[in-house]
Amino acid sequence: MIKLSSPQDLDQYRYQILSHRRPDQPVITVCGGTGCHASGCHAVVDAFKKVLQEKASDNGVALRVTGCHGFCERGPLVVVHPKKIFYQKVKPEDVLEIFEETVLNGKILEGLLYEHPATGKKVVFEEEIPFYQKQKRIIFGNNGSIDPTRIEDYLAVGGYRALAKALFSMKPEEIIREVKKANLRGRGGGGFPAGLKWEQCRNAPGATKYVICNADEGDPGAYMDRSLLEGNPHSVLEGMVIGAYAIGSQEGYIFVRHEYPLALENIGIAIQQARELGLLGRDILGSGFSFDIKISRGGGAFVAGESTALMATIEGNVGEPRAKHIHTVVSGLYDKPTNLNNVETWANVPVIISEGADWYAKIGTEGSKGTKIFSLVGKVNNTGLVEVPMGITLREIVYEIGGGIPDGKRFKAVQTGGPSGGCIPESMIDLPVDFDRLTEVGSMMGSGGMIVMDESTCMVDVAKYFTNFLKDESCGKCTSCREGTKRMHEILTEISEGKGRPEHLDWLEELGWVTMEASLCALGGTAPNPVLSTLKYFRQEYEEHILNKRCPAKVCRALLHYRILPDLCTSCGRCAKACPEKAITGVPKKKKEKGEPFVIDQQKCIQCGMCLETCKFNAVEVQ
Amino acid sequence: MVSFTIDGQPVEGKEGTHILEVALDAGFEIPHLCYNESVKPYGACRLCLVEVNRKGRSRMTTSCNYPVMEGIEVFTRSEKVLRARRIIMELLLAMCPGDKLLQEMALSMGVHEVRFKKDDKDCILCGLCARVCDEVVGAHAIQFAFRGDRREMIPPFQEEATQCIACGACVVVCPVNVIGMKEEGDERTIPRWKRTLKMKQCKVCGNYFAPWFQLEKFREKAKLPKDFFDTCYTCRS
Amino acid sequence: MTHSEIDAIIERYENKPSSILAILQDIQTKEKYLPKEALERIGEKLGMPVNKIYRIATFYRALSLTPRGRHEVCVCMGTACHVRGAQRIVDQIKLELGIRPGETTKDRNFTLETVNCLGVCAAGPVVAIDGQYFGKMSPAKVDGTLKKFRSDKKKEGANDKA
Repeated sequence: MIKLSSPQDLDQYRYQILSHRRPDQPVITVCGGTGCHASGCHAVVDAFKKVLQEKASDNGVALRVTGCHGFCERGPLVVVHPKKIFYQKVKPEDVLEIFEETVLNGKILEGLLYEHPATGKKVVFEEEIPFYQKQKRIIFGNNGSIDPTRIEDYLAVGGYRALAKALFSMKPEEIIREVKKANLRGRGGGGFPAGLKWEQCRNAPGATKYVICNADEGDPGAYMDRSLLEGNPHSVLEGMVIGAYAIGSQEGYIFVRHEYPLALENIGIAIQQARELGLLGRDILGSGFSFDIKISRGGGAFVAGESTALMATIEGNVGEPRAKHIHTVVSGLYDKPTNLNNVETWANVPVIISEGADWYAKIGTEGSKGTKIFSLVGKVNNTGLVEVPMGITLREIVYEIGGGIPDGKRFKAVQTGGPSGGCIPESMIDLPVDFDRLTEVGSMMGSGGMIVMDESTCMVDVAKYFTNFLKDESCGKCTSCREGTKRMHEILTEISEGKGRPEHLDWLEELGWVTMEASLCALGGTAPNPVLSTLKYFRQEYEEHILNKRCPAKVCRALLHYRILPDLCTSCGRCAKACPEKAITGVPKKKKEKGEPFVIDQQKCIQCGMCLETCKFNAVEVQ
Repeated sequence: MVSFTIDGQPVEGKEGTHILEVALDAGFEIPHLCYNESVKPYGACRLCLVEVNRKGRSRMTTSCNYPVMEGIEVFTRSEKVLRARRIIMELLLAMCPGDKLLQEMALSMGVHEVRFKKDDKDCILCGLCARVCDEVVGAHAIQFAFRGDRREMIPPFQEEATQCIACGACVVVCPVNVIGMKEEGDERTIPRWKRTLKMKQCKVCGNYFAPWFQLEKFREKAKLPKDFFDTCYTCRS
Repeated sequence: MTHSEIDAIIERYENKPSSILAILQDIQTKEKYLPKEALERIGEKLGMPVNKIYRIATFYRALSLTPRGRHEVCVCMGTACHVRGAQRIVDQIKLELGIRPGETTKDRNFTLETVNCLGVCAAGPVVAIDGQYFGKMSPAKVDGTLKKFRSDKKKEGANDKA
């Protein structure tokens, strides 16, 4: 690869790349995001490779395996350019037909199109699909056009233009002013103004400064950062170089959690390619500015995503947070001024610099500018990653983008902010999504996990789940956090097992209060949110568990009672075979004889639900 | 010197020190377990909470690791602080119900009952033993292991602490006295760290005065002659 | 693991103490666990006390001090998967393999682990075995999925606990 040593070199190289690409060239893009991996996109890609090898020698048909397209529910996804015909749930068997009919002859294969669940109407083009219509994909949109292992693709969509502008047309102070004007707030959960952080770091005394990208993404249910790093790693790199230049840092780290092997691989490739081209490392683009990045791998600890714990891990110490009476922008990694930002925050920087703060600030609300990527998951029809302007309501996200609740069930709550956040009930579903509004109602924006829950979700169980998570992930240093989460979990377990007492609710509130107020870091500081928010909005559900020993959502096993309805039982015996405790007995039907209804021995029953799952006659009832 | 106030009273502290040290010196009573002046503050027990008012903003924080700053107002007995300390005390007592010191402290703080299911642990996870061993003695024999509610203080691999020199510093510094050390004949044992060491005998008085392993370490570090410790400290003076 | 093998890994990181986590992870990948001798050797070469290395080794879930099985069965316990019934999957695997999360079967074929989010939320509940993702899991599908990885035709019973 050539080395670019001036912005003119960069422009020329970009021009060269574009001149080899016809705008009307047929390109088959297959989503290679992890969600589609799980639905088998590998086989689809291999099938395409085979077909292209055999059939397309001179047609100039290109195959591009791209980053995540966001509509994970419908994977594997194939988009045929230039028209952007959108095929979903593609199987390897469909590949030959796609090539011959759609790519070569322009024919649409109706069977692979997205079908509107309510109207049955089929949609051909990506931008007309309801899932994408209300989104504003200024950060995530490029995923569909880029092969993350090829820097040329990123350059083809205008990549690194912002970097050239920053290095050659702007001074560091100007860049910081622009980021402040855009009011970019941290996308990792803290929501702290990035520009202000950069400024404080720049002004801190000392020549050695560090920038860090926090890709630890520990919130369960959130995978936006993963998809950005896997699908468009250069957007993050570009942001970091611009930030480093503005702050005056020569050394950066990307800390990736170890559960993301593909992200680690792709960011590694991206760094190497950027270095080779001269966009990273010594004398970037001939500007005289040098900056390089090292990759650091996490070890499987949620608490290590906390900024001081993360820095401790990079230093080779155990990932325990430390008191921040002196901020990390003044004394952070190796006691030097350090600026840490989340993956999505960094990815917003090139957009702000190339389009300008004024353009950026037009999107969003007064206090929250720009867009946010959410992972919309749980009990919702269209699960996947969505990027929306700040200020859009939860209702729009859940119903118009998410397509509502599956199986005709009722919406119950949406949980935002991961284990540090809270549940928002139906009564607040018209809440605009915005840092401050979400905090006001007892939740928080967090990193962007948005988990939809329906009537079959038990809120006591949700609180128990999150508290268990936090208890396991707590580093254990502070008495208030370690013992507080432990005891809260104990109480929630008792409530879910029918051993709850009325005073337990007061104890939960007290424990929640002390965990929040007395703990050192934000893990302890926000640990009670799932409990306190569910108590606030779903108190009657807790009371049902405690006073009536009932779980209305039919989740808490110890409170369930499984029964076979004798009128519906056909005596097929499937349930008895499936029962792990051999608790079901009866006389199976034989060829000529009817047999007798099966019965569950309540003493042996462990409420696992296998009988309910295996019965094909709806004869198993749960109370 | 840095000037600030504690409970309305003006106090002074050296730059680089923390609120708790200054407060204790000045006669204020703030409960604490994991603080010891011989090692760096850690902030694990959370008992030393105080409210600090700085530039108009108030927050509750541990006083052992909050650096003294000009003009701050510290409150050691506000309603909020007392309530928090009580619940933390209750949590500690639920963890280690048998500890005498905890029971005394609880009574003096007005904690009369423990509502939670009692554990039967004895270690309060203050970390003082390991901190002294690392920072003062330099033997690095024990450390915290595991995480969350599984956190415990153990020698590596939960086997004999092979770096332990049985100096007894951990025994002395443990606030709840759960680390025992005993001597029987020519052996010194710290059962908690599964450590048994043979003692050296003084050539003059015949007493077993220190473990061989410990003396060898000192000799190596200070580059002393081979027979330096043949005589015990008492006989040498 | 020989000293020279361990030394080679340490040298890959320029003998830097700050790379301790990466060194341990590389050894974990190679040996499927962290042998005691390896930690001691690392301590010698990096000049780092073993009590610190042990602390780090027990703090992070990615590291294990006991040998892991040939196949790691990872059940995602992320919120999205939980809401879709991940706990029942764990319970079913517990029944089928006779081990609890964190344990390994007696024949060292399977280790059961729970993970706090694999990042494949749309396909939940998800089980990952040796890096292969199995989405939209259900208790009924467990047996068939595990069959692909069984060492021999004999079914593991509740007695085969490690």
